[in-house]
Amino acid sequence: MLRFIVRRLLQLIPTLIGLSILLFVWLHNLPGGPEAALLGDRTTPERRKQIRALLHLDDPIWVQYGRFVKNMLKGDFGTSVQSNRPVIDEFATRFPATIELGITAMLIAVIVGIPLGYLAARRRGGFLDSSVVTSSLLGICIPVFFLAYILKEIFSVQLGWFPSIGQLSPGLETTKVTGFAVLDGLLTGDLTVTSDALAHLVLPGIALASIPLAVIVRMTRASVLEVLGEDYVRTAESKGLKESTIRARHVLRNAMLPVITSIGLLTGSLLSGAVLTETVFDFNGIGSFLARAIDARDYSVLMGFILFIATMYVLINLLVDISYSIIDPRVRVR
Amino acid sequence: MSTKTDKIDRLAELTAATSDDQKGAGIWREAFRGLRRSPLALTGAVIIAVFVVMAVIGPFVAPYDPVATTWGDEVSQSQNHFVGMRAENWLGLDQLGRDEFSRMLIGARQSLMVGVIATLLGFAVGAALGGISGACQGLGRKLGRTIDTVIMRFIDMMLALPSLLLAVSIAALLGRSLTTLMIAVGVVQIPIFARLFRGSMIAQSHSDYVLAARALGVRRSRIVFAHIVPNSLGPVIVQATLSLATAIIEAAALSFLGLGNPDMSQPEWGAMLAKGQTFISVAPQLALYPAVAIIITALGFTLLGEAMREALDPKLRK
Amino acid sequence: MRLKKPKTYALLAAIPALALAATTACTASATHSNDKTAFVFAGAGDPKSLDPSLASDGETFRVTRQVFEGLLTHKSGGTKIVGQLAKTWDTSKDGKTWTFHLHDNVKFHDGSKLTAQVVCDNYDRWFNWKGTYQNAAVSTYWQDTFGGFKHNESKETPPPNYNSCTAKDDLTPVIKVNHASARLPGGFTLASMGIHSPKSLKTYAKESAPKGDDPAKLTYPDYSQKAGEAAGTGPYKYKKWDHGESEVTLTRFDGYWNAKEKAHIKTMIVKTIPKENDRKQALLSDEIQGYDLVAPQDVSTLKDKGMQVPKRGVFNLMYLGMDQKKDGKKTPLADKRVREAIAQAINKKKIIKQIYPPGATVAKEFLAPTLDGYSDDVKTYDYNKDAAKKLLKDAGQSKLKIDLCEPTDVTRPYLPDPEDVSQNIKADLEAIGVTVTENPMKWNPDYQDAVNNGKCSLYILGWTGDYNEAYNFLGTWFGTYKDSWGFKDKKIFDLLDKIDNEPSVSKRKDMYVEANNLIMKYLPGVPIAHSPPSIAFASYVNPPKVSPLTSENFAETSFK
Repeated sequence: MLRFIVRRLLQLIPTLIGLSILLFVWLHNLPGGPEAALLGDRTTPERRKQIRALLHLDDPIWVQYGRFVKNMLKGDFGTSVQSNRPVIDEFATRFPATIELGITAMLIAVIVGIPLGYLAARRRGGFLDSSVVTSSLLGICIPVFFLAYILKEIFSVQLGWFPSIGQLSPGLETTKVTGFAVLDGLLTGDLTVTSDALAHLVLPGIALASIPLAVIVRMTRASVLEVLGEDYVRTAESKGLKESTIRARHVLRNAMLPVITSIGLLTGSLLSGAVLTETVFDFNGIGSFLARAIDARDYSVLMGFILFIATMYVLINLLVDISYSIIDPRVRVR
Repeated sequence: MSTKTDKIDRLAELTAATSDDQKGAGIWREAFRGLRRSPLALTGAVIIAVFVVMAVIGPFVAPYDPVATTWGDEVSQSQNHFVGMRAENWLGLDQLGRDEFSRMLIGARQSLMVGVIATLLGFAVGAALGGISGACQGLGRKLGRTIDTVIMRFIDMMLALPSLLLAVSIAALLGRSLTTLMIAVGVVQIPIFARLFRGSMIAQSHSDYVLAARALGVRRSRIVFAHIVPNSLGPVIVQATLSLATAIIEAAALSFLGLGNPDMSQPEWGAMLAKGQTFISVAPQLALYPAVAIIITALGFTLLGEAMREALDPKLRK
Repeated sequence: MRLKKPKTYALLAAIPALALAATTACTASATHSNDKTAFVFAGAGDPKSLDPSLASDGETFRVTRQVFEGLLTHKSGGTKIVGQLAKTWDTSKDGKTWTFHLHDNVKFHDGSKLTAQVVCDNYDRWFNWKGTYQNAAVSTYWQDTFGGFKHNESKETPPPNYNSCTAKDDLTPVIKVNHASARLPGGFTLASMGIHSPKSLKTYAKESAPKGDDPAKLTYPDYSQKAGEAAGTGPYKYKKWDHGESEVTLTRFDGYWNAKEKAHIKTMIVKTIPKENDRKQALLSDEIQGYDLVAPQDVSTLKDKGMQVPKRGVFNLMYLGMDQKKDGKKTPLADKRVREAIAQAINKKKIIKQIYPPGATVAKEFLAPTLDGYSDDVKTYDYNKDAAKKLLKDAGQSKLKIDLCEPTDVTRPYLPDPEDVSQNIKADLEAIGVTVTENPMKWNPDYQDAVNNGKCSLYILGWTGDYNEAYNFLGTWFGTYKDSWGFKDKKIFDLLDKIDNEPSVSKRKDMYVEANNLIMKYLPGVPIAHSPPSIAFASYVNPPKVSPLTSENFAETSFK
């Protein structure tokens, strides 16, 4: 097991090096260049030249890359040209928000998805089944940003049930302990903060949940169907066991294994959805900041954030593989 | 590595499971038999057919020039004058006084073009990479294995990025153009196709008929091109159908993020939706038409693709 | 829709959260008190720095204007230049000596007192800037107004016009410049020229400017990124800057010197919401109490829902730029007939009716109508498709092909919807047989870069005046050769240069009229619209006097 973890972690290194070289070369060979983003509304060629000199942008690319790696090893990922703050600070301030949003979406997807998938499988071919299958397909096909928009227009603008922007209501007094708003509220005993943060998570959480929800519903359904056809379930049925017993002891437990893995695995792909959802809800997570960084050609942020995210993604998948082998002893990690 | 890859790998295994080396014919027969019975597949096929017909003949039957602001004097976004359905403009006018129906028709072509070319790109590059990788792994010796490892490392690297992020980075970096849009959407598909192609080739290279052919002394290149490749195509086609749906949605997302076709006068569903959303409280139809079109089209491809997958997979057919 | 099924379940799952949320929602709809409720105002971008002298953008100045005051300002809600920290001021006949008479009871947020010496220390700090501070991106407005520094470190930095500042007595700073300039006294009103407390200046001096040798470290100094050190004399002081939530919190300064104009509301929060639609939705769902840069199509929606949308005065211009030289080669636009044809092809009235908010007017010259020096009898080029076609034919350009650059993902006070404006221009030009290639680019950095470096034949752009002086408009465009226009016209350049050195206001006015006539006869580009940039407030707010310069004083705001 330990060898497996170490090997997977070592594999991360060439991936990151490759990715960083690719990104670096790409980013620095494009028109516009990082210097232009620094100059406000009043650019002149002279001013560009000044900034280029200041940023050493005229050095050969490998010299620049070397400098980047050197700084990176010191924990210095450069400075965001939009905010003039260190990239690592920007990541640290925004990362908790994205995690909270991702967890909310996952919870919604699981709490709603598993029962629905199970019910659909039990009533295979019925009305419930076909409507669940169709709506899960729709969930995949509806553009996330449009769904987010509609939710916002209906539930915050028209009905006024939920806030439409941000992680917390502006002006709310908070004490930052962990940066996770919900958690901070609980830790400091300030329930207003927790409830406010939760209210802000509902709509973006639902929007972001649409795709994982669809996947989990279909996964559960397929997996339950498979188990229902297995011999041991038929044996149990023929023995005349109570249906609730069969359901709990045989069907659900066995059907859940693949579903649980997929839940872990979906977490990584939530990040794609987060770029769109956070942009629509102006949620100050890494997704919306990244979208803005792309707009502003904020090179250091693009570079740093993409490397962070790739690392995260690989780590999450590693965790999933480990937990899978714990949940299901039949699977031996090789 | 993710559900994405799990599904791909499962699909890949199917080639070996169903093929009895009739150059893929077995798969097709099986699949068709399954599909004819599936109402979902039929629905999907009908939607796709309607969409393709719209895209092909749209430009010839569109009642008006989609770019001309013919009725520009009748609309005003600043004073909330929008024109809805009426006899001369079936779907009303957009915010600049252009015929919405003509724009929707011609937008179909752009969306189809982006989807198809992007998927073809992903397919071509992915199949080449996966094919080389798979052939090397399956038939090559030590050198072959090394080539396979290098290629797969690269593929895994691409898979390590969330797909939209990858597409967005590419679109942002290459600058805004229709070609970029296609490349960005297509590149995302490369690792998927590569993994699929490789997986199905490996699955087959261990199958009996390949072993038999090798024992008979058939040349390796001949085994690859005459047997393995045609037999691998079934899952690839399923994946391509599903990819078309993703491509259309992803193209819309890129348009929403401001990375779509630069010629904004040319109608494209994603761009029309992104623009229409800003008028949602005063003229919701401008967002709804393209949104519904995108959803239905993507649904069509997904239905057909999923039905094909089920038809191929004996496990799901039970 | 069948889709709703799983979504309904999702909503059911959200009910506990909803119940919790209800508590917050209730507090929001309670009565609003100046002392207890925060006033949240949304802008479109994050401020760059809490020190206005390091910035050049409106998003920063919206915040810093509430905290810092300069020697002069514009009359609240108007464009007339009046005293702020200075009660009155005089200028010598040659325009080289500026004497200010300060109010005598002015205190900074940290308790120190405003004296003539403090004013001089502030100006000398700017004049003596070194290193990164001399960077044109950092000290933009200082360089625009006073040229360079005591010791210029780069050849590209202009020579300084600032000479010295001396305290004649405790309340009388005297600023001397090397030559008269049309940029004064307007320059003294700029937000960047806000006066800092002497204690703040001392702490700033301790923080070294970022050195140029570390490429990734062009950061603003620490003091400008967090509340605490920067102190001015304004009605609000800094309390907190939350970078994660993009919020700057200001709190009322109870010791404000002008007792009559103290801030009403105790806490003001300036929040960043980049998209205009998101700002609108946040106002409608009562999460914010006001926002800037309202999309024209939202004005009536907002009014229908009881929001207030006060109209600002007009102090800007949107124009179609024409570059006579692109990539070093002459374009067809070098032929005046082509420029005239394009001017006549554009249906400005249609564009304004379709896209611009009520109150917008057709522009006929490169100056906002409220400024001194606006000419009533410039040559005009009215919409006339046939005349335009004929002109093109005469010029041998019947099949003209041309590129049109347009910015994306941005709205400017003068340009509410760049995409739709350029689509209109494109359609108008195609109606006279011109083939137009669209070239949309990100506003920052691509678009500004391409335009400024002469890479666009046609482009849409505009300007909002910084202060009430026509030179701020005309000089910006036509003071010297610019790659964005690609033409040299000695008559225009010489006249503007003469104006810049003319100390007499009344003489300048006549010269501006002459310059405007000259420019429109030459027709370097097509002025299209003057537009009142909209700002919106919740129904229960007494908004401040809205400013044509978009420089509202939020101390005037209160809850009803």
